[in-house]
Amino acid sequence: MNVLEEDAKVFGFWVYLMTDLVIFAVLFACYIVLRDNTFGGPSGSDIFQLSTVVAETLILLTSSFTCALGTRSILKAQKVPAIFWFAATCALGLAFLYIEISEFYKLTHEGNSWQRSGFLSSFFTLVGTHGFHISVGLLWMIVAMVRIGLRPLTDSGISQIYRMAFFWHFLDFVWIFIFTVVYGMGLLE
Amino acid sequence: MKHFFLGKLTAHDLPHHWYTIGATCFMLVSLLAIAVIVIKTKRWDWLWKEWLTSTDPKKIGTMYMIFAAIMFFRGMLDAGMVWLQQAIAADSQGYLTATHFQEIFTSHGDIMVFFVTMGFFFGLMNWIVPLQIGARDLAFPFMNSLGFWLTVAGGLLINFFFIIGGHFGNTGWLAVAPLSQLEFNPHTGVDYLIWSLQLSGLGSLLAGINFTVTIIKKRAPGMTLMKIPLFVWLSLCGMILIISAFPVLTATTFLLWLDRVMGMHFFTTGSGGNLMMYWNLIWMWGHPEVYILVLPAFGMFAEIVSTFSQKAIFSYVSMVCAAVSITLLSYLVWLHHFFTMGAGANVNSFFGIVTMLIAIPSGVLVFNLILTMFKGNVIFTSPMCYSIGFIVIFTIGGMGGLTLASPPADFQTHNSLFLIAHFHSMIVGVALFGIFAGTTYWFPKIFGFKLDERLGKRAFWLWLIGFFVAFMPLYLLGFAGTPRRIDHYEASTGWQPLYIIALVGFVIIVAGVLTQVQQLFVSIKERKKNLDTTGDPWNGRTLEWLTSSPPPFYNFAVIPSVKSPDAFWEMKKSHQRPEKKYENFEMPKNTGMGIYISIFAFLFGFAIVWQIIWLAIVGLVGSIVCIILRSLDEHTEYELTAEEVEKMEKARVTG
Repeated sequence: MNVLEEDAKVFGFWVYLMTDLVIFAVLFACYIVLRDNTFGGPSGSDIFQLSTVVAETLILLTSSFTCALGTRSILKAQKVPAIFWFAATCALGLAFLYIEISEFYKLTHEGNSWQRSGFLSSFFTLVGTHGFHISVGLLWMIVAMVRIGLRPLTDSGISQIYRMAFFWHFLDFVWIFIFTVVYGMGLLE
Repeated sequence: MKHFFLGKLTAHDLPHHWYTIGATCFMLVSLLAIAVIVIKTKRWDWLWKEWLTSTDPKKIGTMYMIFAAIMFFRGMLDAGMVWLQQAIAADSQGYLTATHFQEIFTSHGDIMVFFVTMGFFFGLMNWIVPLQIGARDLAFPFMNSLGFWLTVAGGLLINFFFIIGGHFGNTGWLAVAPLSQLEFNPHTGVDYLIWSLQLSGLGSLLAGINFTVTIIKKRAPGMTLMKIPLFVWLSLCGMILIISAFPVLTATTFLLWLDRVMGMHFFTTGSGGNLMMYWNLIWMWGHPEVYILVLPAFGMFAEIVSTFSQKAIFSYVSMVCAAVSITLLSYLVWLHHFFTMGAGANVNSFFGIVTMLIAIPSGVLVFNLILTMFKGNVIFTSPMCYSIGFIVIFTIGGMGGLTLASPPADFQTHNSLFLIAHFHSMIVGVALFGIFAGTTYWFPKIFGFKLDERLGKRAFWLWLIGFFVAFMPLYLLGFAGTPRRIDHYEASTGWQPLYIIALVGFVIIVAGVLTQVQQLFVSIKERKKNLDTTGDPWNGRTLEWLTSSPPPFYNFAVIPSVKSPDAFWEMKKSHQRPEKKYENFEMPKNTGMGIYISIFAFLFGFAIVWQIIWLAIVGLVGSIVCIILRSLDEHTEYELTAEEVEKMEKARVTG
């Protein structure tokens, strides 16, 4: 496998991540425009809970750490620790998704679904898109673990796992902004 | 239960208008005819192995061109129907209902922008960019195939309303809210529009990423950034615009769909939505899109004018600077599409001034072309004629654009036919003329024989005259206050004669198109007369002319090293060619995965338009499984050894 080509793949993946970031930028812009348009429904400070958000943030940050440990093991060609760390990352990702989905479930059951107001539409879409990306990341990680388990580590395999880890850290990065712009600004009011 | 299996589909959605029945029959008959020809000639294996599953950018480029040409006829039919209606609809309803008329100009816009212009450009870039930078293939050959097939899936979906549904969006090509909301557009036309743009937008995005990485990473040794041929530079600018602007389109149209189907309130008029946000977002994509359509054309004109003036381009550095500044400025002008929104004098002034600033780098591009011709030894081939036609039309259209950039003037001409005339000057005079010039110029490189010059020039004159006859009346009508998109008007306005002249112009353009078709057939028939045996039919300057015509599938047996933007010209001047020292290299294998993923993506798009949940799941899971399978495939390439290459090179030279 050509080293230069793997280099191109990593660069291409960075470019892709930037395009994904543009999608998030649009969703953030919509959220900022619509966040005061509550149309008689609840505002951010009414529905956000600091404890849940802090829990979600800590879980996601920890998952980034375990994911980095997994990548480190891959680079040292240690398969078992790598699978262990990626499994831990998956578990944390699932926990994050669980908390997020129960938050969404609670909101819709209280009559505050995405149909309630412009604010809630943009909230559900922005946070939901991040959650969707997390699910894609989880799927990718499971495939990567199977691959590590069943196949010898090739250059292209390592490069792919590397890119998956980029993706996961990238979602962490986006979450920091969601934490600040959505929950932080909402709770401070 | 019925909703689960069929979604919103009812028997009423099957074709029952004259135009849906006609289009459905036409599509089925064409499909049948192709199937019969393929089976009769036993060409299916060849078609599948050599073309459909190919990862060779030259072949994918050719498929892009064929696809774009088919869509061009579809879009041209729309244009003719619009013009005919407007020419006869004085004091009467004409032959189309208002809704039908609106659906026609909507699909005309979408098809011409997304599938024709972008399709042709991706085709030409696939042909030429790897050759010009001295590369054997693109950075991601599979992604290239996938991007093409996703574009085809989008093109299929945008025409699928003929077969099932019977309605397209009647919203204008950008599906502006609130007209595109469910309450004003209850049928699935807008959903077709949204999801065909999602599929083709994804295809364009993949191609954009692919070309960006290719141009950044795969250039021949010695080709530093300021030695890249101008077509590649301008394409790179266009691709950077794609990767930063197309995600905005994806996100915005998806939000519109959420409004329509999930009952959200992004762009609604009530419940806390903000409909002007749609205008802002769609034009944040839309204005860069305009430059995505013209920048590669500028690059082609630069190559063509330089070759046929037999002179290096005047001030290469200022060309690059102008292209980059257009790229940057194009992000800062979107609001000039709706000065009348009422954003206030300060905001409008800012966007007006930035818009006028774009005239400076655009002027640099035009003056550089003129100064390249100055004291050059100009050969008037048909690509050169198109280039000169471009300079004339671009100057007229650009001046019109400048008047639109001034907010007070724009308040008068906003949404009038003046605007239509302006942007058609840009898209026909720049983008399409660029495509015709580029295709004629590079055709011998890809197919090994030149296009017929006599018919090419005839087509050029028909296009040029047709353009002026068709669009100059629209400038006048715009000044007379004719709004765009009207399906009928009172005869006392005195507009009808000008509309009729415009229709005559369309007929002349059609004659031009037919001449181009004739040109293609005559050239293929008499190809022995126009064979290019040297690989360098025009006395070219850049690397694509170094290799033979048509090039071997690996483009270059030996990767050349580069010392100036006119690399091949330098080699010819110093009588040096790359040394024949062959090396082993890897080439991508063909793969059908791009087609499989696109079929599933098409099923998903169709299902989601009609809200057929089970089919949407099949489409989604199918494409995900295909992507995973592909990602696990580690044998996507094969190695060519130096001996094999040497053997093939010898066979090519003697054979």
